[in-house]
Amino acid sequence: MVDKLFIILSVVTLVSAALVVVNKNAVNAAMFFMLSLVGTAGLFVLLNAYLLAFVLILVYAGAVVSLFLFIIMLLDTRPEAQKSFKKMTVAASLLGGLLLFTGVLSLMTHFVPATAGAKGHVLPPVGASLKGYAEQLFTTYLLPVQVVGFLLLIAMLGVIVLSKRFENKEAAS
Amino acid sequence: MATVTVSRKPLSLSERAYLPQILAGMRITLKHLFSPNVTLSYPEQRPAIPPGYRGVPTLVMDPHGREKCVSCQLCEFVCPPKAIRITPGAVPADQPDRAHVEKAPAAFDIDMLRCIYCGLCQEVCPEEAIFLQNQFSMSGYSRDEMVNHKDRLYELGGTLPDQHFKWDKKKAAEEHGNQH
Amino acid sequence: MIALWSNLHPALQMLLKGLAVILVIFPIAGASSLAERKVSAWIQGRPGPNRAIPIWFAWVPVIGPMLQKLGVFHLMSDGVKMLFKEDALPGHVNKPYFILAPILAMIPAFTTVTVVPFGAYLDAAGRTIPLMLANVDVGILAVFAVGSLGVYSLIIAGWASNSKYPFLGGVRASAQLISYELSMTLSVLPVFLWVNAPGTAGSLSLARVVEFQSQPGFWGGTWFIFLMPVSAFVFLVSLYAETNRQPFDMAECDADLVGGFHTEYGAFKWSLFFVAEYSHMVVGSAVFTLLFLGGWNPLPWVPLSDVAVWLHLADAPILLGLLSIAIFLGKVLCSIFVFMWVRWTIPRFRYDQVMKLGWQRLLPLAIANLIVYALIIAWLQPKN
Repeated sequence: MVDKLFIILSVVTLVSAALVVVNKNAVNAAMFFMLSLVGTAGLFVLLNAYLLAFVLILVYAGAVVSLFLFIIMLLDTRPEAQKSFKKMTVAASLLGGLLLFTGVLSLMTHFVPATAGAKGHVLPPVGASLKGYAEQLFTTYLLPVQVVGFLLLIAMLGVIVLSKRFENKEAAS
Repeated sequence: MATVTVSRKPLSLSERAYLPQILAGMRITLKHLFSPNVTLSYPEQRPAIPPGYRGVPTLVMDPHGREKCVSCQLCEFVCPPKAIRITPGAVPADQPDRAHVEKAPAAFDIDMLRCIYCGLCQEVCPEEAIFLQNQFSMSGYSRDEMVNHKDRLYELGGTLPDQHFKWDKKKAAEEHGNQH
Repeated sequence: MIALWSNLHPALQMLLKGLAVILVIFPIAGASSLAERKVSAWIQGRPGPNRAIPIWFAWVPVIGPMLQKLGVFHLMSDGVKMLFKEDALPGHVNKPYFILAPILAMIPAFTTVTVVPFGAYLDAAGRTIPLMLANVDVGILAVFAVGSLGVYSLIIAGWASNSKYPFLGGVRASAQLISYELSMTLSVLPVFLWVNAPGTAGSLSLARVVEFQSQPGFWGGTWFIFLMPVSAFVFLVSLYAETNRQPFDMAECDADLVGGFHTEYGAFKWSLFFVAEYSHMVVGSAVFTLLFLGGWNPLPWVPLSDVAVWLHLADAPILLGLLSIAIFLGKVLCSIFVFMWVRWTIPRFRYDQVMKLGWQRLLPLAIANLIVYALIIAWLQPKN
């Protein structure tokens, strides 16, 4: 039962993730993104990580994707309105893809799960209960959480700098 | 054009906080929730018609049951939307006491799709034969049904008291040799 | 009866429970729509719908005219009308999404009910067992997560309609719902901080909150609306915004957007939106009742278990369960009445006012409230 569900949910997740990339219509892509997230949440549920599943739905499906849709609706998404990529963008994407590929490759060849050897050893389901999750967040993974938070802060500042017009700067030019 | 500048009072704290105002409004609506209805259940309950009400124009008869209209067509001419159409005719032979009136409407149609209930026909009528009475609800399934013919107009109008009996007086005067 | 129930196949049990949800939510949503018409009429000094009556029912002496006066049959005829009306599909719409949107509206409306407890009974040991469809540990989080998916139906409906008023309605809905979700989530955090005292197993279950409000003693029995009035207020305002009710019905806004996101919809598809709106109201009121109004406890400082002792119902779990459900439903219906009362009192906000209220008033208020209660709880908690 669980295996079958796992296969179904993984297929849904992966196929819709692929469709997000391939799809020409931006709204379709966003909806497939949501479907992919729901599939992932289902996988979390299979792992008894209800908390993670609902947090994923709450944050990504509930807020992020609906913001995406909000932006997509305001954009002109007709094909002729789309600009072709700059050379810089293509180069950057290639570099990013290469890095990702190397990362995945090294993970596949070098990473050994700590419990792989011990059969029947079950990791405590950290994502299952609120308390366990919070404890891990504030002890073991404190540094990564802070680093990610800092990255998000930088991204937010970048958006503010890009989108806000500074009055005195305009007056000077 | 003179401009009147209305001075606006700055909002008080409770008004700016908005919440006390909402609560006050909710108190008012709660009061209305329990107050009696102000509406009428129309077909069962009818509104009281005030005097001077201008309803559907009708033709009336005098207290002796005689037709008052003499087919002078003044109402037809004064009617702004041209809703009235009169075909003049002679007084029917079976009414010998009205033979001296000379004219009576052979047909009298008021198109209620055109009528604007202005009351000018009532104003202008020298015979006090057409009245806008209390009837206010006209409906029909076709355009033809919305045209009131003569018999329908008399049916709606009925009989109204008459203070003058103008034509009776005239006849009496003629019989007595027009003394004055 | 209980034995018969537990002998059923689990899948069949689930199916029956799911059916029960639909059978309960649909009539309550329908009754709310009728209540809305009646309440609006009474507030405006009108009798409201009071005409329709089937011929075969007109013979029933006292009850017939009474039901007619209450307009119950208008509700039925409305339902039948919605079902049999021509379901028009405008030519200019994006068909798959246009059909998908009303279905999407129903999913969160029905799914959230499963984690909402609606009553309780006492077991043999005298413990209070909550009645709910799925007793998951993440209660409130599930309600928020699945409830937040409701915005998709509005956005998709607005976008798929491919005309300007629905589009504007969809855009407004997405911005508004995301804005108020923040304040809503922040406003319930103090409650769960208070409930999950150190040393207890952390839980986001709604039943746990009610349990907390039914403890003996003055502080134990206090409902959270008295303990945290600001939280309750912020939650209620956000709830009105989240359910798209006046004064926050920016997505519909009949005055300037015709019908907002459902302008192009009619017949059965429109009625799905309608039912979804009322279901959201029902679930929202239920969550508010559980969090702040003591759930199925009849009065503040009077828990259900005391009532069971007074009425000697402790040994009759089914009767007590029904009593608790009645109390809970009564509170929910009162809360729905307040929804309507507010709707027919306050005019609609302007869109910029909605945004300003959400981001500049409610959100800072919710954050300040959270910090104050976090400090109070940290100060009150036993030092070890």
